[in-house]
Amino acid sequence: MSEKGTDRVKRGMAEMQKGGVIMDVVNAEQAKIAEAAGATAVMALERVPSDIRKEGGVARMADPRITEEVMNAVSIPVMAKARIGHITEARVLEAMGVDYIDESEVLTPADEEFHLLKNDYTVPFVCGCRNIGEAARRIGEGASMLRTKGEPGTGNIVEAVRHLRQVNGEVRKIVAMGEDELMTAARDLGASYEFLKEVKLLGRLPVVNFAAGGIATPADAALMMELGADGVFVGSGIFKSDQPERFARAIVEATAHYQDYELIAKLSKDLGPAMKGLEMATIGAADRMQERSW
Amino acid sequence: MMKIGVLALQGAVREHVAAIQAGGAEAVVVKKAAQLEELDGLVLPGGESTAMRRLIDCADLLEPLRAFADAGKPVFGTCAGLVLLAKEIEGQEAAHLGVMDITVARNSFGRQVDSFEADLDIEGIDEPFPAVFIRAPHIVRAGADVEVLCEYQGRIVLAKSGPFLGCSFHPELTGDHRLMQLFLDMIENRELLPTEAHYSKI
Repeated sequence: MSEKGTDRVKRGMAEMQKGGVIMDVVNAEQAKIAEAAGATAVMALERVPSDIRKEGGVARMADPRITEEVMNAVSIPVMAKARIGHITEARVLEAMGVDYIDESEVLTPADEEFHLLKNDYTVPFVCGCRNIGEAARRIGEGASMLRTKGEPGTGNIVEAVRHLRQVNGEVRKIVAMGEDELMTAARDLGASYEFLKEVKLLGRLPVVNFAAGGIATPADAALMMELGADGVFVGSGIFKSDQPERFARAIVEATAHYQDYELIAKLSKDLGPAMKGLEMATIGAADRMQERSW
Repeated sequence: MMKIGVLALQGAVREHVAAIQAGGAEAVVVKKAAQLEELDGLVLPGGESTAMRRLIDCADLLEPLRAFADAGKPVFGTCAGLVLLAKEIEGQEAAHLGVMDITVARNSFGRQVDSFEADLDIEGIDEPFPAVFIRAPHIVRAGADVEVLCEYQGRIVLAKSGPFLGCSFHPELTGDHRLMQLFLDMIENRELLPTEAHYSKI
Protein backbone atom coordinates (compact mmCIF):
# COMPACT_ATOMS: atom_id res chain seq x y z
CA MET A 1 0.00 0.00 0.00
CA SER A 2 1.41 3.36 -0.91
CA GLU A 3 -0.20 6.75 -0.63
CA LYS A 4 0.60 9.89 -2.62
CA GLY A 5 -0.05 13.53 -1.79
CA THR A 6 -0.22 13.07 1.99
CA ASP A 7 0.58 15.98 4.31
CA ARG A 8 3.78 14.27 5.29
CA VAL A 9 4.91 13.91 1.69
CA LYS A 10 3.90 17.48 0.80
CA ARG A 11 5.33 19.14 3.90
CA GLY A 12 8.34 16.82 3.86
CA MET A 13 9.36 18.06 0.43
CA ALA A 14 9.67 21.57 1.92
CA GLU A 15 11.62 20.22 4.91
CA MET A 16 14.23 18.98 2.41
CA GLN A 17 14.66 22.54 1.12
CA LYS A 18 15.70 23.89 4.51
CA GLY A 19 18.85 25.96 4.66
CA GLY A 20 18.61 26.37 0.92
CA VAL A 21 17.98 29.04 -1.67
CA ILE A 22 15.12 28.89 -4.18
CA MET A 23 15.74 31.10 -7.20
CA ASP A 24 13.34 32.75 -9.63
CA VAL A 25 14.18 31.90 -13.24
CA VAL A 26 12.51 32.87 -16.51
CA ASN A 27 14.21 30.37 -18.82
CA ALA A 28 16.20 27.14 -18.96
CA GLU A 29 19.54 28.93 -19.17
CA GLN A 30 18.92 30.77 -15.90
CA ALA A 31 17.71 27.52 -14.32
CA LYS A 32 21.03 25.86 -15.17
CA ILE A 33 22.96 28.76 -13.66
CA ALA A 34 20.84 28.47 -10.50
CA GLU A 35 21.38 24.71 -10.22
CA ALA A 36 25.13 25.01 -10.75
CA ALA A 37 25.26 27.72 -8.08
CA GLY A 38 23.68 25.33 -5.56
CA ALA A 39 20.02 26.39 -5.57
CA THR A 40 17.80 23.78 -3.88
CA ALA A 41 14.98 24.53 -6.32
CA VAL A 42 14.02 26.99 -9.02
CA MET A 43 10.81 28.95 -9.45
CA ALA A 44 9.73 29.21 -13.07
CA LEU A 45 7.92 32.39 -13.99
CA GLU A 46 7.29 34.65 -16.96
CA ARG A 47 8.82 37.82 -15.53
CA VAL A 48 10.68 38.42 -12.29
CA PRO A 49 8.82 40.66 -9.82
CA SER A 50 10.85 43.81 -10.59
CA ASP A 51 9.91 43.53 -14.27
CA ILE A 52 6.25 42.94 -13.38
CA ARG A 53 6.45 46.09 -11.29
CA LYS A 54 8.12 48.09 -14.07
CA GLU A 55 6.10 46.88 -17.02
CA GLY A 56 2.73 46.68 -15.30
CA GLY A 57 -0.20 44.82 -16.85
CA VAL A 58 -1.70 41.54 -15.66
CA ALA A 59 0.88 39.01 -14.47
CA ARG A 60 -0.13 35.40 -15.06
CA MET A 61 1.18 31.84 -14.88
CA ALA A 62 4.20 31.44 -17.17
CA ASP A 63 3.84 29.99 -20.66
CA PRO A 64 3.90 26.20 -20.11
CA ARG A 65 6.68 26.03 -22.70
CA ILE A 66 8.99 27.98 -20.37
CA THR A 67 8.11 25.85 -17.38
CA GLU A 68 8.59 22.67 -19.40
CA GLU A 69 11.99 23.80 -20.65
CA VAL A 70 13.05 24.61 -17.10
CA MET A 71 11.86 21.18 -15.92
CA ASN A 72 13.87 19.50 -18.65
CA ALA A 73 16.97 21.57 -17.95
CA VAL A 74 17.56 20.76 -14.27
CA SER A 75 17.41 17.82 -11.85
CA ILE A 76 16.47 19.93 -8.81
CA PRO A 77 12.78 20.55 -8.01
CA VAL A 78 10.91 23.05 -10.16
CA MET A 79 8.30 25.29 -8.61
CA ALA A 80 5.96 27.56 -10.55
CA LYS A 81 3.61 30.41 -9.73
CA ALA A 82 -0.15 30.43 -10.18
CA ARG A 83 -2.45 33.39 -9.53
CA ILE A 84 -4.27 33.50 -6.21
CA GLY A 85 -7.54 31.61 -6.59
CA HIS A 86 -6.86 30.52 -10.17
CA ILE A 87 -7.96 26.89 -9.98
CA THR A 88 -7.20 26.16 -13.61
CA GLU A 89 -3.66 27.57 -13.63
CA ALA A 90 -2.93 25.47 -10.55
CA ARG A 91 -4.43 22.32 -12.10
CA VAL A 92 -2.46 22.92 -15.32
CA LEU A 93 0.79 23.19 -13.35
CA GLU A 94 -0.10 20.04 -11.41
CA ALA A 95 -0.85 18.19 -14.66
CA MET A 96 2.52 19.28 -16.04
CA GLY A 97 4.18 17.69 -13.03
CA VAL A 98 5.77 20.77 -11.42
CA ASP A 99 7.05 19.92 -7.96
CA TYR A 100 5.57 22.83 -5.99
CA ILE A 101 3.08 25.60 -6.78
CA ASP A 102 3.42 29.10 -5.38
CA GLU A 103 -0.07 30.62 -5.06
CA SER A 104 1.51 34.00 -5.35
CA GLU A 105 0.60 37.62 -4.72
CA VAL A 106 3.39 38.50 -7.18
CA LEU A 107 0.94 37.61 -9.95
CA THR A 108 -2.31 39.49 -10.40
CA PRO A 109 -4.96 37.76 -8.27
CA ALA A 110 -7.71 35.90 -10.11
CA ASP A 111 -10.00 35.88 -7.07
CA GLU A 112 -10.14 38.69 -4.56
CA GLU A 113 -12.10 36.72 -1.99
CA PHE A 114 -11.03 33.09 -2.01
CA HIS A 115 -7.70 31.32 -2.12
CA LEU A 116 -7.29 27.85 -3.63
CA LEU A 117 -8.42 24.85 -1.60
CA LYS A 118 -4.93 23.43 -1.64
CA ASN A 119 -5.89 20.32 0.32
CA ASP A 120 -7.56 19.08 -2.87
CA TYR A 121 -4.31 18.74 -4.81
CA THR A 122 -1.58 16.11 -4.93
CA VAL A 123 1.03 18.75 -5.68
CA PRO A 124 2.10 20.81 -2.65
CA PHE A 125 1.71 24.59 -2.35
CA VAL A 126 3.70 27.43 -0.85
CA CYS A 127 1.93 30.67 0.10
CA GLY A 128 2.97 34.07 1.41
CA CYS A 129 2.12 35.40 4.86
CA ARG A 130 2.73 38.54 6.89
CA ASN A 131 1.42 37.36 10.23
CA ILE A 132 0.25 34.26 12.04
CA GLY A 133 -3.37 34.75 10.97
CA GLU A 134 -2.45 34.60 7.30
CA ALA A 135 -0.15 31.66 8.02
CA ALA A 136 -2.98 29.80 9.78
CA ARG A 137 -5.49 30.46 7.01
CA ARG A 138 -3.13 29.33 4.26
CA ILE A 139 -2.19 26.17 6.16
CA GLY A 140 -5.87 25.57 6.84
CA GLU A 141 -6.50 25.66 3.09
CA GLY A 142 -3.69 23.16 2.63
CA ALA A 143 -0.46 25.10 2.10
CA SER A 144 2.51 22.82 2.89
CA MET A 145 5.09 25.57 3.06
CA LEU A 146 5.05 29.28 3.88
CA ARG A 147 7.18 32.25 3.00
CA THR A 148 7.12 35.83 4.11
CA LYS A 149 5.57 38.11 1.53
CA GLY A 150 8.04 40.93 1.93
CA GLU A 151 7.62 43.38 -0.92
CA PRO A 152 8.62 41.51 -4.09
CA GLY A 153 10.73 43.10 -6.79
CA THR A 154 12.00 45.94 -4.62
CA GLY A 155 15.41 44.65 -3.59
CA ASN A 156 14.48 46.16 -0.22
CA ILE A 157 14.59 43.76 2.72
CA VAL A 158 12.56 45.88 5.14
CA GLU A 159 9.16 44.26 4.55
CA ALA A 160 10.50 40.69 4.68
CA VAL A 161 12.14 41.54 8.00
CA ARG A 162 8.90 43.02 9.28
CA HIS A 163 6.88 39.94 8.29
CA LEU A 164 9.32 37.38 9.64
CA ARG A 165 9.65 39.23 12.94
CA GLN A 166 5.87 39.50 13.14
CA VAL A 167 5.24 35.79 12.53
CA ASN A 168 8.03 34.55 14.79
CA GLY A 169 7.09 37.04 17.53
CA GLU A 170 3.51 35.79 17.42
CA VAL A 171 4.70 32.17 17.57
CA ARG A 172 6.73 32.96 20.69
CA LYS A 173 3.72 34.65 22.32
CA ILE A 174 1.46 31.69 21.57
CA VAL A 175 4.00 29.24 22.97
CA ALA A 176 4.14 31.31 26.18
CA MET A 177 0.34 31.57 26.51
CA GLY A 178 -1.74 29.57 28.89
CA GLU A 179 -4.11 27.17 27.14
CA ASP A 180 -7.06 29.20 28.45
CA GLU A 181 -5.79 32.24 26.53
CA LEU A 182 -5.71 30.53 23.13
CA MET A 183 -9.36 30.95 22.11
CA THR A 184 -9.29 34.71 22.56
CA ALA A 185 -5.96 34.83 20.71
CA ALA A 186 -7.55 32.79 17.91
CA ARG A 187 -10.33 35.37 17.61
CA ASP A 188 -7.92 38.30 17.61
CA LEU A 189 -5.38 36.79 15.23
CA GLY A 190 -7.82 35.32 12.70
CA ALA A 191 -6.27 31.89 13.24
CA SER A 192 -8.13 28.75 14.22
CA TYR A 193 -8.02 27.53 17.82
CA GLU A 194 -6.80 24.11 16.64
CA PHE A 195 -3.94 25.75 14.75
CA LEU A 196 -2.80 27.75 17.77
CA LYS A 197 -2.94 24.63 19.91
CA GLU A 198 -0.66 22.88 17.42
CA VAL A 199 1.78 25.81 17.35
CA LYS A 200 1.89 25.83 21.14
CA LEU A 201 2.51 22.09 21.26
CA LEU A 202 5.26 22.12 18.58
CA GLY A 203 6.84 25.37 19.71
CA ARG A 204 6.96 26.47 16.05
CA LEU A 205 4.88 26.61 12.88
CA PRO A 206 3.82 23.18 11.63
CA VAL A 207 5.37 23.85 8.20
CA VAL A 208 8.62 25.31 6.93
CA ASN A 209 8.71 29.11 6.62
CA PHE A 210 11.12 30.70 4.14
CA ALA A 211 11.93 34.38 3.70
CA ALA A 212 11.00 36.11 0.46
CA GLY A 213 10.37 39.51 -1.02
CA GLY A 214 13.32 41.88 -1.23
CA ILE A 215 16.43 39.76 -0.70
CA ALA A 216 19.17 41.29 -2.87
CA THR A 217 22.56 40.49 -1.29
CA PRO A 218 24.35 37.65 0.54
CA ALA A 219 24.03 39.68 3.75
CA ASP A 220 20.26 40.04 3.22
CA ALA A 221 19.91 36.27 2.90
CA ALA A 222 22.04 35.68 6.00
CA LEU A 223 20.00 38.25 7.95
CA MET A 224 16.78 36.37 7.21
CA MET A 225 18.37 33.12 8.40
CA GLU A 226 19.57 34.91 11.54
CA LEU A 227 15.98 36.01 12.19
CA GLY A 228 14.79 32.41 12.00
CA ALA A 229 13.85 31.80 8.37
CA ASP A 230 14.18 28.16 7.29
CA GLY A 231 15.64 29.21 3.93
CA VAL A 232 15.25 31.95 1.35
CA PHE A 233 13.60 32.71 -1.97
CA VAL A 234 15.46 35.14 -4.19
CA GLY A 235 13.41 36.67 -6.97
CA SER A 236 14.80 39.60 -8.88
CA GLY A 237 17.93 39.79 -6.70
CA ILE A 238 20.01 37.37 -8.74
CA PHE A 239 19.23 37.84 -12.39
CA LYS A 240 18.80 41.61 -12.01
CA SER A 241 22.27 41.98 -10.51
CA ASP A 242 25.34 42.71 -12.62
CA GLN A 243 26.88 39.26 -12.10
CA PRO A 244 24.07 36.71 -11.67
CA GLU A 245 26.35 33.66 -11.37
CA ARG A 246 28.47 35.19 -8.64
CA PHE A 247 25.47 36.58 -6.79
CA ALA A 248 23.75 33.20 -6.92
CA ARG A 249 26.78 31.37 -5.57
CA ALA A 250 27.44 33.93 -2.88
CA ILE A 251 23.83 33.92 -1.68
CA VAL A 252 23.81 30.11 -1.48
CA GLU A 253 26.96 30.08 0.65
CA ALA A 254 25.88 32.97 2.87
CA THR A 255 22.56 31.22 3.56
CA ALA A 256 24.26 27.97 4.62
CA HIS A 257 26.87 29.75 6.76
CA TYR A 258 24.80 32.70 7.91
CA GLN A 259 26.76 33.28 11.10
CA ASP A 260 30.20 33.06 9.49
CA TYR A 261 30.71 36.79 9.09
CA GLU A 262 34.24 36.60 7.74
CA LEU A 263 32.99 34.31 5.02
CA ILE A 264 30.10 36.67 4.22
CA ALA A 265 32.57 39.54 3.99
CA LYS A 266 34.65 37.53 1.54
CA LEU A 267 31.60 36.50 -0.48
CA SER A 268 30.37 40.08 -0.70
CA LYS A 269 33.64 41.56 -1.99
CA ASP A 270 33.63 42.97 -5.50
CA LEU A 271 30.25 41.49 -6.31
CA GLY A 272 29.36 44.62 -8.23
CA PRO A 273 26.04 46.41 -7.97
CA ALA A 274 23.07 44.53 -6.58
CA MET A 275 19.71 45.26 -8.18
CA LYS A 276 18.92 48.94 -7.79
CA GLY A 277 16.02 48.59 -5.41
CA LEU A 278 13.08 50.73 -4.33
CA GLU A 279 12.30 52.73 -1.24
CA MET A 280 8.93 51.67 0.24
CA ALA A 281 7.61 55.24 0.48
CA THR A 282 7.85 55.54 -3.31
CA ILE A 283 5.48 52.62 -3.89
CA GLY A 284 1.82 53.54 -4.20
CA ALA A 285 -0.81 51.55 -2.31
CA ALA A 286 -2.05 49.90 -5.51
CA ASP A 287 1.46 48.61 -6.26
CA ARG A 288 2.03 46.95 -2.89
CA MET A 289 1.88 43.25 -3.77
CA GLN A 290 1.82 42.23 -0.10
CA GLU A 291 -1.71 43.63 0.28
CA ARG A 292 -3.00 40.99 -2.16
CA SER A 293 -4.42 37.95 -0.37
CA TRP A 294 -6.92 37.69 2.39
CA MET B 1 28.28 9.22 25.29
CA MET B 2 28.52 8.60 21.54
CA LYS B 3 28.88 11.71 19.40
CA ILE B 4 27.07 11.62 16.09
CA GLY B 5 27.39 14.42 13.59
CA VAL B 6 24.78 15.60 11.11
CA LEU B 7 26.19 17.29 8.02
CA ALA B 8 24.41 20.63 8.26
CA LEU B 9 24.99 22.40 4.98
CA GLN B 10 21.39 22.06 3.85
CA GLY B 11 18.37 19.79 4.37
CA ALA B 12 16.58 17.94 7.17
CA VAL B 13 19.15 18.52 9.90
CA ARG B 14 16.82 19.26 12.83
CA GLU B 15 14.95 15.97 12.39
CA HIS B 16 18.12 13.84 12.45
CA VAL B 17 19.38 15.71 15.50
CA ALA B 18 16.12 14.82 17.29
CA ALA B 19 16.42 11.15 16.25
CA ILE B 20 20.03 10.94 17.47
CA GLN B 21 19.11 12.49 20.80
CA ALA B 22 16.13 10.14 21.13
CA GLY B 23 18.64 7.28 20.77
CA GLY B 24 20.60 8.59 23.75
CA ALA B 25 23.58 9.93 21.79
CA GLU B 26 24.96 13.45 21.50
CA ALA B 27 24.20 15.19 18.21
CA VAL B 28 26.71 17.59 16.62
CA VAL B 29 25.71 19.99 13.85
CA VAL B 30 28.62 19.78 11.40
CA LYS B 31 29.54 22.65 9.10
CA LYS B 32 33.35 22.42 9.15
CA ALA B 33 35.96 19.74 8.58
CA ALA B 34 37.57 20.18 11.99
CA GLN B 35 34.36 19.02 13.64
CA LEU B 36 34.65 15.55 12.10
CA GLU B 37 37.55 14.57 14.36
CA GLU B 38 35.49 14.20 17.51
CA LEU B 39 32.72 12.12 15.92
CA ASP B 40 31.88 8.42 16.29
CA GLY B 41 29.56 8.50 13.29
CA LEU B 42 28.03 10.86 10.75
CA VAL B 43 24.59 11.31 9.21
CA LEU B 44 24.21 12.73 5.70
CA PRO B 45 20.64 14.07 5.76
CA GLY B 46 17.95 14.37 3.14
CA GLY B 47 17.97 17.54 1.05
CA GLU B 48 19.17 18.36 -2.45
CA SER B 49 22.32 16.46 -3.34
CA THR B 50 23.51 18.96 -5.98
CA ALA B 51 23.19 21.86 -3.53
CA MET B 52 24.92 19.88 -0.77
CA ARG B 53 27.76 18.94 -3.09
CA ARG B 54 28.39 22.53 -4.03
CA LEU B 55 28.44 23.52 -0.36
CA ILE B 56 30.73 20.57 0.42
CA ASP B 57 33.16 21.89 -2.19
CA CYS B 58 32.89 25.48 -0.94
CA ALA B 59 33.71 24.37 2.59
CA ASP B 60 36.57 22.09 1.44
CA LEU B 61 34.79 19.14 2.99
CA LEU B 62 35.01 16.51 0.25
CA GLU B 63 38.40 15.06 1.16
CA PRO B 64 37.81 15.21 4.95
CA LEU B 65 34.47 13.40 4.48
CA ARG B 66 36.12 10.74 2.32
CA ALA B 67 38.90 10.34 4.86
CA PHE B 68 36.30 9.95 7.63
CA ALA B 69 34.55 7.21 5.65
CA ASP B 70 37.81 5.52 4.59
CA ALA B 71 38.85 5.32 8.24
CA GLY B 72 35.89 2.99 8.69
CA LYS B 73 33.82 5.50 10.66
CA PRO B 74 30.11 4.76 10.22
CA VAL B 75 28.08 6.99 7.91
CA PHE B 76 24.30 6.92 7.46
CA GLY B 77 22.87 8.59 4.36
CA THR B 78 19.18 9.24 3.76
CA CYS B 79 17.88 10.13 0.29
CA ALA B 80 20.32 12.86 -0.85
CA GLY B 81 22.73 11.38 1.71
CA LEU B 82 22.49 8.02 -0.08
CA VAL B 83 23.34 9.77 -3.35
CA LEU B 84 26.37 11.38 -1.68
CA LEU B 85 27.59 7.97 -0.44
CA ALA B 86 27.23 6.08 -3.72
CA LYS B 87 30.22 5.02 -5.79
CA GLU B 88 28.28 5.66 -8.99
CA ILE B 89 25.32 7.82 -9.95
CA GLU B 90 23.34 6.82 -13.01
CA GLY B 91 23.68 9.33 -15.85
CA GLN B 92 26.37 11.34 -14.08
CA GLU B 93 30.09 11.19 -14.78
CA ALA B 94 31.33 11.72 -11.26
CA ALA B 95 30.16 10.51 -7.89
CA HIS B 96 30.30 12.59 -4.71
CA LEU B 97 31.97 10.81 -1.76
CA GLY B 98 31.90 7.59 -3.79
CA VAL B 99 32.58 5.36 -0.79
CA MET B 100 29.69 2.87 -0.83
CA ASP B 101 29.78 0.21 -3.54
CA ILE B 102 26.38 0.94 -5.05
CA THR B 103 24.97 2.70 -8.09
CA VAL B 104 21.99 4.96 -7.49
CA ALA B 105 19.45 6.46 -9.84
CA ARG B 106 18.26 9.91 -8.74
CA ASN B 107 14.57 10.92 -8.62
CA SER B 108 13.83 7.44 -9.87
CA PHE B 109 10.30 7.20 -8.47
CA GLY B 110 9.27 10.34 -10.39
CA ARG B 111 8.61 13.96 -9.56
CA GLN B 112 7.01 15.36 -6.40
CA VAL B 113 3.44 14.41 -7.44
CA ASP B 114 4.65 10.79 -7.41
CA SER B 115 6.19 11.05 -3.94
CA PHE B 116 4.56 8.64 -1.52
CA GLU B 117 4.38 6.97 1.87
CA ALA B 118 4.55 3.19 2.28
CA ASP B 119 5.09 0.66 5.03
CA LEU B 120 8.26 -1.37 4.49
CA ASP B 121 9.36 -4.79 5.68
CA ILE B 122 12.96 -4.33 6.74
CA GLU B 123 15.45 -7.10 7.41
CA GLY B 124 16.15 -7.18 11.13
CA ILE B 125 13.23 -4.91 12.10
CA ASP B 126 10.12 -6.69 13.32
CA GLU B 127 7.15 -4.48 12.59
CA PRO B 128 6.64 -2.64 9.26
CA PHE B 129 8.54 0.65 9.00
CA PRO B 130 6.67 3.79 7.86
CA ALA B 131 8.71 5.29 5.03
CA VAL B 132 8.35 8.65 3.29
CA PHE B 133 9.72 8.73 -0.27
CA ILE B 134 10.21 12.23 -1.67
CA ARG B 135 11.54 12.49 -5.23
CA ALA B 136 13.47 9.49 -4.02
CA PRO B 137 16.49 7.75 -5.54
CA HIS B 138 16.97 3.99 -5.43
CA ILE B 139 19.89 1.58 -5.61
CA VAL B 140 20.13 0.05 -9.08
CA ARG B 141 23.31 -1.95 -8.41
CA ALA B 142 24.64 -3.29 -5.15
CA GLY B 143 28.22 -4.57 -4.91
CA ALA B 144 29.09 -8.05 -3.66
CA ASP B 145 29.67 -6.88 -0.09
CA VAL B 146 26.49 -4.89 0.12
CA GLU B 147 23.75 -6.30 2.28
CA VAL B 148 20.30 -5.43 0.94
CA LEU B 149 18.00 -4.77 3.88
CA CYS B 150 14.86 -3.77 2.03
CA GLU B 151 13.35 -3.75 -1.42
CA TYR B 152 10.18 -1.98 -2.40
CA GLN B 153 8.45 -2.84 -5.67
CA GLY B 154 11.58 -4.67 -6.75
CA ARG B 155 13.88 -1.71 -6.06
CA ILE B 156 16.55 -1.63 -3.39
CA VAL B 157 15.72 1.15 -0.94
CA LEU B 158 17.85 0.28 2.10
CA ALA B 159 21.29 -1.29 2.21
CA LYS B 160 24.31 -1.70 4.42
CA SER B 161 27.92 -2.13 3.47
CA GLY B 162 30.60 -2.29 6.13
CA PRO B 163 30.27 0.97 8.08
CA PHE B 164 27.80 2.49 5.63
CA LEU B 165 24.03 2.52 5.87
CA GLY B 166 21.94 4.16 3.19
CA CYS B 167 18.26 4.49 2.37
CA SER B 168 16.11 6.06 -0.36
CA PHE B 169 13.48 7.36 2.01
CA HIS B 170 13.32 9.74 4.97
CA PRO B 171 13.20 7.99 8.36
CA GLU B 172 13.82 11.47 9.84
CA LEU B 173 10.34 12.62 8.80
CA THR B 174 8.54 10.16 11.05
CA GLY B 175 8.80 9.77 14.79
CA ASP B 176 10.02 6.22 14.25
CA HIS B 177 13.66 6.04 15.33
CA ARG B 178 14.30 2.33 14.72
CA LEU B 179 16.58 2.90 11.72
CA MET B 180 18.59 5.48 13.64
CA GLN B 181 18.81 2.90 16.43
CA LEU B 182 20.12 0.37 13.92
CA PHE B 183 22.79 2.90 12.94
CA LEU B 184 23.70 3.63 16.57
CA ASP B 185 23.96 -0.14 17.17
CA MET B 186 26.28 -0.40 14.15
CA ILE B 187 28.57 2.17 15.75
CA GLU B 188 28.51 0.49 19.10
CA ASN B 189 29.37 -2.88 17.56
CA ARG B 190 31.82 -1.37 15.15
CA GLU B 191 34.71 -3.74 15.79
CA LEU B 192 32.44 -6.57 14.64
CA LEU B 193 31.84 -5.04 11.22
CA PRO B 194 33.51 -6.55 8.14
CA THR B 195 35.39 -3.39 7.27
CA GLU B 196 38.42 -5.29 5.93
CA ALA B 197 36.51 -6.19 2.80
CA HIS B 198 36.00 -2.53 2.24
CA TYR B 199 39.62 -1.61 2.92
CA SER B 200 40.98 -4.20 0.55
CA LYS B 201 39.28 -2.42 -2.35
CA ILE B 202 40.69 1.00 -1.69
